[in-house]
Amino acid sequence: MATRLKETDVVMLGVGLVGSIIGRELTKSGLEVVGLERGEPRYTVPDFQAPAMHDELRYSIRKSLMMDAAKETYTFRNSVNETALPMRRIQGFLPGTGLGGSAVHWNGQTYRFHDADFRMRTLATERYGKDFLGPEYTFQDWGVSYADLEPYYDRFEYLLGVSGKAGNLQGKKIAGGNVLEEARSREYPTRPMKEPYGSALFRKAAEGLGHHPFTQPSSNLSEPYTNPEGMTLNTCMFCGFCERYGCEHFAKASPQTVVLPVLLKDPKFKLRTQCQVQRINLDSSGRNATGVTYIDSQGREFEQPARLVVVGLFALNNVRMLLLSKIGTPYDPASGKGVVGRNYSYQTTSGVNVFFDQNTNINPFMRSGASGTLIADFVSDNFDHAKLGFLGGAYIGEVMSHGRPIEFHPTPPGTPSWGSQWKKAVVRHYNHTAVVSTHGSSISTRYNYLDLDPTYKDAWGQPLMRMTFDFPENDIKLSAFVTERAAEIANAMGGKQIAASPRKRPYTSTQYQSTHNTGGTIMGVDRSTSVLNRYCQSWDVPNVFVIGASCYPQNASYNPTGTVGALAYWAADAIVSKYIRSPGPLMS
Amino acid sequence: MTTQDGSLPSDPGRRRLFQAVGAAGVATALPLVPVQAAQQQAAAKQAYIFFNPAEATFIESAVARLIPKDETGPGAIEAGVPNYIDKQLGGAWGAGERLYRSGPWQQGAATQGYQLPFTPGEFFRTAIRAINEKHPGFATLSPQEQDKFIDALQKGNEDLGGVSSNVFFASLLEVTIEGFFADPVYGGNRDMTSWKMIGFPGAYADFYEYVDKHNVAYTAPPTSLAQDANGRIHVHVKLKRT
Repeated sequence: MATRLKETDVVMLGVGLVGSIIGRELTKSGLEVVGLERGEPRYTVPDFQAPAMHDELRYSIRKSLMMDAAKETYTFRNSVNETALPMRRIQGFLPGTGLGGSAVHWNGQTYRFHDADFRMRTLATERYGKDFLGPEYTFQDWGVSYADLEPYYDRFEYLLGVSGKAGNLQGKKIAGGNVLEEARSREYPTRPMKEPYGSALFRKAAEGLGHHPFTQPSSNLSEPYTNPEGMTLNTCMFCGFCERYGCEHFAKASPQTVVLPVLLKDPKFKLRTQCQVQRINLDSSGRNATGVTYIDSQGREFEQPARLVVVGLFALNNVRMLLLSKIGTPYDPASGKGVVGRNYSYQTTSGVNVFFDQNTNINPFMRSGASGTLIADFVSDNFDHAKLGFLGGAYIGEVMSHGRPIEFHPTPPGTPSWGSQWKKAVVRHYNHTAVVSTHGSSISTRYNYLDLDPTYKDAWGQPLMRMTFDFPENDIKLSAFVTERAAEIANAMGGKQIAASPRKRPYTSTQYQSTHNTGGTIMGVDRSTSVLNRYCQSWDVPNVFVIGASCYPQNASYNPTGTVGALAYWAADAIVSKYIRSPGPLMS
Repeated sequence: MTTQDGSLPSDPGRRRLFQAVGAAGVATALPLVPVQAAQQQAAAKQAYIFFNPAEATFIESAVARLIPKDETGPGAIEAGVPNYIDKQLGGAWGAGERLYRSGPWQQGAATQGYQLPFTPGEFFRTAIRAINEKHPGFATLSPQEQDKFIDALQKGNEDLGGVSSNVFFASLLEVTIEGFFADPVYGGNRDMTSWKMIGFPGAYADFYEYVDKHNVAYTAPPTSLAQDANGRIHVHVKLKRT
C-alpha cells in the first residue's frame, strides 16, 4: 500500500539536464518542486576525481555510469515481423543514470538545429515538391521555428559557457566561424577550443576542397567562465576521458557544474534519489494528472501528489513513462493511427580512417570530448537535394574525442583480427591514424516506432519498452553521399591509405553508434500526429509536460543536446508565463 | 598552465618529455626505457581464483596465440592476460553484473546481441569444458596447429555445450584485448607493457600545453591508476563539495 505524501506544486521526473533547468526555473517563480531521480546522488568532488575516473575498463567497457540492464533495459527488433528480444547488455547507446543524468557523461558537443530542421515538411515541400519522398516517410514540422527558439538557445549556451566562434552574428557572416549556421544574437560565451593535429590536417584539406571548416562548439571550456547562475567552470585539460566519464576538472558543463548546486540550496526544491517512478496517476476523467507513484531504494511505495507533472527522463524513458501511465493513444504502425511511440528516429553516422606514415604523430589521447574541426556544407538543407533523392544531411569532421586503447586500436582493411600481424598493425597505426566522422540526420518513417513489450519486464514488474528500428532507405543514401564527401577530404589529408565505412543496414543494437535516440513523444500543432503541443505540453493531459529529445519529430544533422536545453528553457517559459497564470491547455 | 586550480598533482612540464617536430618536419622520439624489465621477466605467476588447472592451461595457450610475444614486444602471457580474465570471471562481471537475466530465452538475429542464459563465468567454463573434452591436447599442439584450431573456432559454429564456437571466440578475443590494454590494477597489462608499445599515456592526462603543438612525439612513460599520486585519489581541495 502506497504511503501518500503531502501535495507539491510540481513533481519532476528525472533530475538530469532537463530536470535541473526546469527545477531551477520553476522554483525561481515561487513553485515548490520535488525532483525524483532513479539513480544515486553524485558530485564532481569526490565522485568524478582522478585517477579513479580515468579507468577505461570500468567506465567505457563496463559502463559504470549507465543504466543498469540487470534492472531495466529495452527490447529490440529490426522489423515488426521479428520477435523483440531484450538488450541484455547496454551497448548500442548509453542512457545515463544518477543525478545529472546523461549530461554527466556526454561529450559536450553543442549545436543549434536549422530552421529547415524545425520546418522540415513545409520547407522541403516548397523546395523539392510534396512527393519528393514516398508516403512511408512521416517527417513533419515541429510547431516551432528557429526564430522561436533562438533566445532559448542563447540562454542555454550562456548557462553552459559554450566555447566557439560565431559565423553568423545577427546575419553578418564572420570568417573563421561557421558561416553556414543560422543567425545568432550573440557571440559564444567563451573562445574556441585549441585545435589538435588531426583536426588541423582536416581543416587544411577541407579548405582546399572549397568547404568551410570551423572549430567544433564545445561545452568543455576553453577558458574559465562564470555563468549567470554564478557557477564557475575551469579550462579543459584535453585529458581524453570525456564521453562515458564525469569531468574531474569542473571543465565540462553538466548539471553539477552549471546549475544543480544553486537549485539544491533552494528550500523550494526537494531532491529524492534512488526513486523509481512507476507511473503518472490520472484522475477518473483521465484528463488530469494527480501526481506519481514511485518506489524508493528500500522497496517502499509512495504516492507523491502534485498539481503539475514534468517528465524529463532519457528520451526513450519519456516515451515509456507515458505508455505506462496511459497518457495519449499508443501508436499502431498497421493503421498509422495513434501518437505515443510514433516517429522514433536515431542518428546516421559513419567514419573514414586515415592511416598516416610513422612520422605523423596524431596523439589521439590529447583530446577533449568536443575539440575537433568540421564542415557544415552538407548539414540539413545547406546543399541542393533535388538530384540526390534523399532529404537531410550530416556534418563531416575530424572530431576524435580520445585514444583509449581498448576502444581505439585501428588497423587497415585486410589486417587479421588477432595474432602477430594484428599486434604489429596496432602498434604501427595506433598513434598514426585519424578518423573523419560523418554525423547525419535520421528521418522518421511509418515503421520505426516504440511501444511496450508484451513479454519482458523490469525489476519492478513493469513492461520494458520495445524498439522497432532499421535504417530507412533515405538515410542509407544520405550516408553513402556524405561518406563519399568525407573520403574526398580524408584523401586530401596526406595519409597513405584511407578506409571508408558508410552506414549499412541492418541497424545492430550491439555496436555503439550514438546515444541520440529521438522521437516517440513528438511535439507539433496537430494532435492527430503529435503527443505534445508546441510548448511540450500533453494534448491529452494538460498538466503533464514532457521535455527531451523524445519531442523531436525526426532527428537532425547535429548533436541533439543544444536543442534539448533550448526546449527546456522554452517549455519552462511557457509554464511560468502562461500555464501557471491560467492552468489548462496552452493550445486548443 | 591556465588552470586556476593550484592543487593539480604535479607540473606536467616536469613529468612529460616531449620533443617538438624538427625543421625537416620529422619527429624524432626519445627511446622508451624498458622500466623494470628484469622484474617483469621474474614476475611470479599469479594465483588463479576462478580457473581450474585444465581451464587455465587452455586459456594460457589460447591467449598466447591471440596476442603473441614477438619483435614488437611482450604478448598476452607476458602482460598477465590470463590473470586478468581469471579475476574478471571470478568477480562481479563474471557473475552477471549489469546483465539482464530474465527469460524467456530465445536466439534472435545477430543484431539483437547476446541471448544466452549463461553468466560470463558460466559461459567461459561451459565452452572451455567442451573444448577440453572434444579436442583434448590443444596446449600440446604446435603454434601453427593452435592457430589453425583457433581459426576454426572463429569461423565455425561448432556447439560447445550450448555455446557456438564463433560466439565463444569473439568473447575470448574481447576479454583478451581488454586484459592487454586495461589498467594494470585489473591484473593484466603488467608493467603497462601494451601502453608502452603503442604510446598511450594511461591514467594521468593533462595535455593543455601540448594539444596544439602539432606532431610532437610523446615519449614519457605511461601512468597507472595504482601508481599515480601513490594511489591516492586526486581531489581538488580548493573546490568544495557542492
